[in-house]
Amino acid sequence: MAEVFFFLGAIGVLAGALGTVTLRNPFYCVLALVCHLLSLAALFLLLRAEFLAAAQVIVYVGAVMVLYLFVVAYVGGGADPIRSAGSPSLRWASALFAGALFVELSIAVLGTGLSVLGDEGSGFFEGFGTPAEIGKLLLTDFLLAFEVASVLLLVAAVGAVILARRRTGLEDPREISVGDLRRSGSRDAMTGGEAGTMIEAGGPPQR
Amino acid sequence: MSVEWYLVVSALVFSIGAGGILIRRNPLVILLCLELMLNAGNLALVAFARAHGNQEGQIFALIVMVVAACEVAVGLGLIVAIYRHRLPIDVDELRELQG
Repeated sequence: MAEVFFFLGAIGVLAGALGTVTLRNPFYCVLALVCHLLSLAALFLLLRAEFLAAAQVIVYVGAVMVLYLFVVAYVGGGADPIRSAGSPSLRWASALFAGALFVELSIAVLGTGLSVLGDEGSGFFEGFGTPAEIGKLLLTDFLLAFEVASVLLLVAAVGAVILARRRTGLEDPREISVGDLRRSGSRDAMTGGEAGTMIEAGGPPQR
Repeated sequence: MSVEWYLVVSALVFSIGAGGILIRRNPLVILLCLELMLNAGNLALVAFARAHGNQEGQIFALIVMVVAACEVAVGLGLIVAIYRHRLPIDVDELRELQG
């Protein structure tokens, strides 16, 4: 029975990956990647990684892909057709490179003679891969990695806001910055303009 | 199912992602292909974790997911900034590093 589910999941994974690469419209590319990620979560379940499968569905399919869809809708990727590679020869070279990479990876992985390959794998204990076990590991052995990951997420969020904010010039007097707050030393700058942070975030006032 | 099958699927997805990065010119789709490659790595990590009966590979895959989310946030911010500057959304056209 596991074989049937594996092949179903693998077909979904590969079809989603191929769709992501070959579809013209970026919107459909994102939807193909959603199919790929859901099938991958099924494979994770077959590998006894329950928590990882749930995180994959919630974080990737639920959050990251929705972010992609919003950006595709904002940028309007479907409006102009995507020009694919500059020349057909480049496209053929890319496909050839991908095929060579697959052959090389297969040789590297399957030719190593690892004892674990080729069998069902060693045994697993009760509760392998459940949220309780993963959480215990994250808060004991891998606490440092956990904390570093949280700091990294914070840095990425701040960086994304700074990168994507609307850069208006200095003409708008209602725009406030950290420097203004420091210079005035009080809260007049904050109360002087109405809803200055809305402008920073690319809010309603359009000029 | 033996672990080899999962590793072959992982290698296939990685190759498809690498080929997609070379073929496509839209930075959004290039980011999607990067996700494909990261997920192929995750699948291999989880397969090895299952083969060894050790959960630490799953922790590694979880951290990879966190890093991928950070990469997506910054990459999408860059794409929105490119769009705001009225530049073409095409990596062949974006060759200059001036602001």
